[in-house]
Amino acid sequence: MATMTYRDALNAALREEMTRDGDVYLMGEEVAEYDGAYKVSRGLLKEFGPLRVVDTPIAELGFTGIGVGSAMVGLRPVIEMMTWNFALLAIDQIVNVAAKIRYMSGGQVACPIVFRGPGGAALQLGAQHSQAFESWYAHIPGLKVVMPATPADAKGLLKAAIRDDDPVVFIEGEMLYNVKGEVPDEEYVTPIGVADIKRAGADATIVCHSKTVKPSLQAAKTLAGEGIDCEVLDLRTIRPLDVEAILRSVAKTNRLVIAEEGWGFAGVGAEVSDLVQREAFDDLDAPIRRVHQADVPMPYNKHLEKAAKTDAPKIASAVRAVCYRD
Amino acid sequence: MAVSTDRRAPSTSETRYSAEYRDWLRMMVLIRRFEERAGEAYAVGQIGGFCHLYIGQEAVAVGTISALRADDYVISAYREHGQALARGMSSRSVMAELFGKATGCSGGKGGSMHLFDSSLGFLGGHGIVGGQIPLGAGFAWAAKYRKTDQVSLTFFGEAAANIGSFHEALNMAGLWKLPAIFVIENNGYGMGTAMKRASAIDDFAIRADSYGMPGVSVDGQDVLTVRAAMDEAVERARAGEGPTLMDIQTYRYVGHSMSDAPHGTYRSKDEVEERRSRDPLDVLERRMRELNLIDDDGMAELAAEVAAEVADAVQFAEESPEPDAEQLFSDVYAPNQGTV
Repeated sequence: MATMTYRDALNAALREEMTRDGDVYLMGEEVAEYDGAYKVSRGLLKEFGPLRVVDTPIAELGFTGIGVGSAMVGLRPVIEMMTWNFALLAIDQIVNVAAKIRYMSGGQVACPIVFRGPGGAALQLGAQHSQAFESWYAHIPGLKVVMPATPADAKGLLKAAIRDDDPVVFIEGEMLYNVKGEVPDEEYVTPIGVADIKRAGADATIVCHSKTVKPSLQAAKTLAGEGIDCEVLDLRTIRPLDVEAILRSVAKTNRLVIAEEGWGFAGVGAEVSDLVQREAFDDLDAPIRRVHQADVPMPYNKHLEKAAKTDAPKIASAVRAVCYRD
Repeated sequence: MAVSTDRRAPSTSETRYSAEYRDWLRMMVLIRRFEERAGEAYAVGQIGGFCHLYIGQEAVAVGTISALRADDYVISAYREHGQALARGMSSRSVMAELFGKATGCSGGKGGSMHLFDSSLGFLGGHGIVGGQIPLGAGFAWAAKYRKTDQVSLTFFGEAAANIGSFHEALNMAGLWKLPAIFVIENNGYGMGTAMKRASAIDDFAIRADSYGMPGVSVDGQDVLTVRAAMDEAVERARAGEGPTLMDIQTYRYVGHSMSDAPHGTYRSKDEVEERRSRDPLDVLERRMRELNLIDDDGMAELAAEVAAEVADAVQFAEESPEPDAEQLFSDVYAPNQGTV
């Protein structure tokens, strides 16, 4: 096992898949000559040339539509969003075309495409650059939504997303790009739709994904010192949701906290909550608790921003509550 | 400095395409009769939802699409029944789709606005104004990527030339010299808004200058002129010389959709009558008669063929089954969920 950053793991996935399949290309702002706004595509232009690593004008709607169109006729584009905030300009193509073209064509036209880039907040980027949109995309039948938290998952899941025959919304994180982790040396592909237990435990389940995995593990460590043994379940994929893994964990621990980065209203946690109260009501020993961003646009001030964000102390406190230890 | 370049499509010989005239006329008459019949079916509830008829614009579809090869791509907006037929989709499959039947081209799941036949490179049928313009550029990008000499033909109305996707897609098509032909099907009205009330300029061909591509202004009521201009655009695209913007002026005789009267608040009856007096079907028929390519008997024969085809399409649609209940959940994702 090699240790590499999340960024380099994504880069390796792109390189391997572009080598494997000549129909795979990368398109977006600054992906080629600049080597990527976050350097995820470093070196790819040199290796694959300008037809397969394509710089675009600042025109998210236009280049996303070009990508979708090319996928409709059989190419397998990877469209980089410099951040998912900018994808709002392209959402017509993602939601109205990519997600629906197979259905409204009666199954004739597929759209094998990956839309990828960093989502959610970084540090002090303010209201327009700090948004977690996974619940928006997860709402749409026809899309898959993948959100790896570790370098190993980032590589395996990006390879799966590129090979997938449906449109995949692949949300990374600026705060994850420098995270280091062990990545298998041999080739592997991580299946979409399968959650992963990042820490096994018996007393309470923390369902989390992407940037909330690390604070969930930190909270679990703190709580272990208080005699609460947490299971940390990383969804990895928001849609399709790994329903079985969630129910299995709740059946074991009988207590559930759901941590996410985005807003709570109609969020991922709301969906998981609904699932668990419906399918596992009798397994629950306490009401489900959710941890999410404060219901405000993200403030710039660092103290206010910290107060708005999901973090380990907030998750720990929610776990204490479901264990009636608060 | 005023832009003074003459962008009108060049005139062409009356006989250049005479071997194709009967096919063109038959297709234009078919589209007219098909749409009239669709309007009747809508009125009695056999067709639901939104339904936008193509009556008056037939020469645009026939003049452009007839210039394409079988492996080229065509994409349009929601007034696309005529283009689907002109591309070779059967009257049966299109009418059955309007009726929402399992035998429709999209299995009854698309409807009037979402006609598809991937075997003919007819890739919709799109319902969001301007949304199909980047997609058409994407097909052209794929042709360039694969180093084929396919071309991509994208239809949209003049109202869609004011939306952002038009600018973004044409800029990239010009930048990358994509084999794309962008046809502004300029019927003068975006729903009930006259072009003059929506665009700062009234000559859309000029806009091509902004994107480094030729712009041509075409009389859309004469199929011959449309075809000649289209041939030039196709030749350029296939030769790797890049995209063309065609502003093809036409007129829809009917309302925006079935819920809109042909004339009313936004245009007068006189205007509609005046524009109808130069009908694309008549223009071609007259030319064919002058060249002795058709006579009364020939016209009667053509009309009978078309009438039989449309009647057969309606009967087929009426008798076809509804989609099975399980079709509700199919085609959301790929049937083979092998992601690894």
